[in-house]
Amino acid sequence: MSSEAKIRNYILENYLFTDDESALDSADSFLDKGILDSTGILEVIYFLEDEFEIKVEDTEMVPENLDSVNNIVSFIERKRQ
Amino acid sequence: MCGIAGIINLKDGIPPSRNELEGMIHAVHHRGPDGYGFYYHDKLGLAHARLSIIDLIGGDQPIHNEDQSVQVVFNGEIFNYLELRAQLQKKGHRFYTHSDTEVIVHLYEEHEEEFVNHLNGQFAIALWDSKKQKLLLARDRAGIRPLFTIETGGRLYFASEVKSLFSHPAIPREINLTALQEVFTFWTTLPPHSLFESVEILPPGHLMVINKGEKRLSRYWDWSFPNEQIDNHKSVTEWSEELRALMVDSVRLQLRSDVPVGAYLSGGLDSSVLTSLIKNFTDTPLRTFSIGFEEEEFDESGFQKDLVDYLGTKHTHVLCKRSDIGAAFPKVISHTESAIVRTAPTPLMLLSGAVREAGYKVVLTGEGADEVFGGYDIFKEAKVRRFWSHAPDSHWRPMILQRLYPYLKHSPTASGAFTKRFFQQGMEHIDKPYFAHIPRWSTTQRILQFFSDEARAAVPHPVEYAAINRLLPDEINSWKPLNRDQYIEANTLLSGYLLSSQGDRVAMANSIEGRFPFLDHRVIEFAATLPCRYKIMGLNEKYMLKHTMQGLIPESIRNRSKQPYRAPDSQSFFVDGKPLEYVDYLFSEERIRKSGYYNPKTVSMLMKKCARGKALGFADNMAFVGILSSMLVDEMIIEKNAIEPYNRHQSS
Repeated sequence: MSSEAKIRNYILENYLFTDDESALDSADSFLDKGILDSTGILEVIYFLEDEFEIKVEDTEMVPENLDSVNNIVSFIERKRQ
Repeated sequence: MCGIAGIINLKDGIPPSRNELEGMIHAVHHRGPDGYGFYYHDKLGLAHARLSIIDLIGGDQPIHNEDQSVQVVFNGEIFNYLELRAQLQKKGHRFYTHSDTEVIVHLYEEHEEEFVNHLNGQFAIALWDSKKQKLLLARDRAGIRPLFTIETGGRLYFASEVKSLFSHPAIPREINLTALQEVFTFWTTLPPHSLFESVEILPPGHLMVINKGEKRLSRYWDWSFPNEQIDNHKSVTEWSEELRALMVDSVRLQLRSDVPVGAYLSGGLDSSVLTSLIKNFTDTPLRTFSIGFEEEEFDESGFQKDLVDYLGTKHTHVLCKRSDIGAAFPKVISHTESAIVRTAPTPLMLLSGAVREAGYKVVLTGEGADEVFGGYDIFKEAKVRRFWSHAPDSHWRPMILQRLYPYLKHSPTASGAFTKRFFQQGMEHIDKPYFAHIPRWSTTQRILQFFSDEARAAVPHPVEYAAINRLLPDEINSWKPLNRDQYIEANTLLSGYLLSSQGDRVAMANSIEGRFPFLDHRVIEFAATLPCRYKIMGLNEKYMLKHTMQGLIPESIRNRSKQPYRAPDSQSFFVDGKPLEYVDYLFSEERIRKSGYYNPKTVSMLMKKCARGKALGFADNMAFVGILSSMLVDEMIIEKNAIEPYNRHQSS
């Protein structure tokens, strides 16, 4: 499964409580669309650290890295380089 | 403290019978296990279940005036009854008991409907004037004691608890989905809504008069604040001296009782204030009770011990485990008779059980101080957000938000730049009186995503924040922002949740009466005139109360930041990733589908997330507790109409 699919599934299952793929566009902003609240983002970080074996630094906890599936995918790719 | 119930015919009809009233009052036996009393008239019946606290021998109700033309049943306490009694005796009234109840009938004779303005107390009253054929229902100012009504079949039924109404076969039982949405937004239904269709709450500070088949509702008291322009130029010392004298008097009045009085001790400022005032200014022997948790995040045992050592009180400590919460939760919901979004009432029910076991019937408790003196994080959060709104591009202004939630393991301010984005939401509502509450309400409303398509269709207009406007006074926008926040908090969370689901109901579950010295209306009215800077000084909450108590409580407690009382939520309902049996049943696809409120698939995914221990944030935990509690209401109240708490075996 691609990183994008894993992240999409995680968000769909844990925040939208659905397996309907159409419920989430990979470009959707989690905050603007009300998908995550501010504690939800902490759960996402735990998930990413677990699943992709990365460490998210405090300075990296910004919407540009984490506020959509696309942003997360790019962020993980950068981290892995 | 007691339970009351009654029926009045609004049209010609069969007189209420003993059988009907017995059924209703037996349903609230736990509120008054010390005896029953009844009164009948051709169109009216009153019933009373008594918990004897004042005038143990002579205080049986109904109580009447000299010629027995005025009859009253009442739940609560009139704390200034000795002063009222003396005044009434001077005017020639003759008393046949030593009970506080009796002042009500004589005050009514003197002042008619204005009598409530003379009462200092916590009460739900049903008073019958047989000469004028008039029934008065009244509820105390802050909403400490409950009173529900329902009009059906040409009659008005009223009672301390909904189960009393539902014990009558004529009363239909159905959840009001709009009211459920209100709970999943504001943490409480908005009066007059109860959770149940057609069942209404008599709102706090209101009087209902029923005369010749007509009902008239009026508000005799409200939280009120000075106009924004007015500032009171007293010195801190002057404010402080006045406040101390008033608090001492409030505690002194609320200790009036013919049985011993205990006190809850949380380890926070408010209960420390009360216990210290009892110790220092009265000769009442101090007996205290506290609750603790295994999880460090929730536990305040260290501060409780500091205070116990400082005051030298005889103390009982109850340790509440997660498994205790899971096991007791159905019983809690049978008493709250509402959906709730936190488990926090559960430990308080266990605590009131410990009070009962210790042989006590009455406890003083600190609720109200946060609303009255400006203690809540939500007030501070709003203060920072308002400050930020003056310079929306500022980088450092929102950074202050990160100082707000140091006690939370998973703080909403721990996520760096996301914090800023989160608290930015709702900024466009800066001019709305409910600006402060939007972050809380928007997080809570996430529960609405679990509703089924049928439930959504049944409520075509989902509840909006602006629904709160119907509770707000016209002048609210002329008040200072903190005062607006206080008003909304007092009229939603305080009366609708803290004093009911987390207050009266879980105390009365064990026949315990809570008393609330911070909610003496004189204290509320005095504090309303305090300049806002003396409520929250910078980000130092309840500044004036802390200042006033200098030298009377340990500095460790006076200087600590507020830690809101909370308890473990979704994790209380799982053992090793498996749900408790009743939870498994109520969340099953079949049972969820049968109730019709929720989408079984989304609920099942939430359940799995909680079972994995991955639900860390408020939103998921509130959703889980909210759905579970409403399913318990459906199972125990709508389906089974059981007075006794839910028993899994009944459902198999």
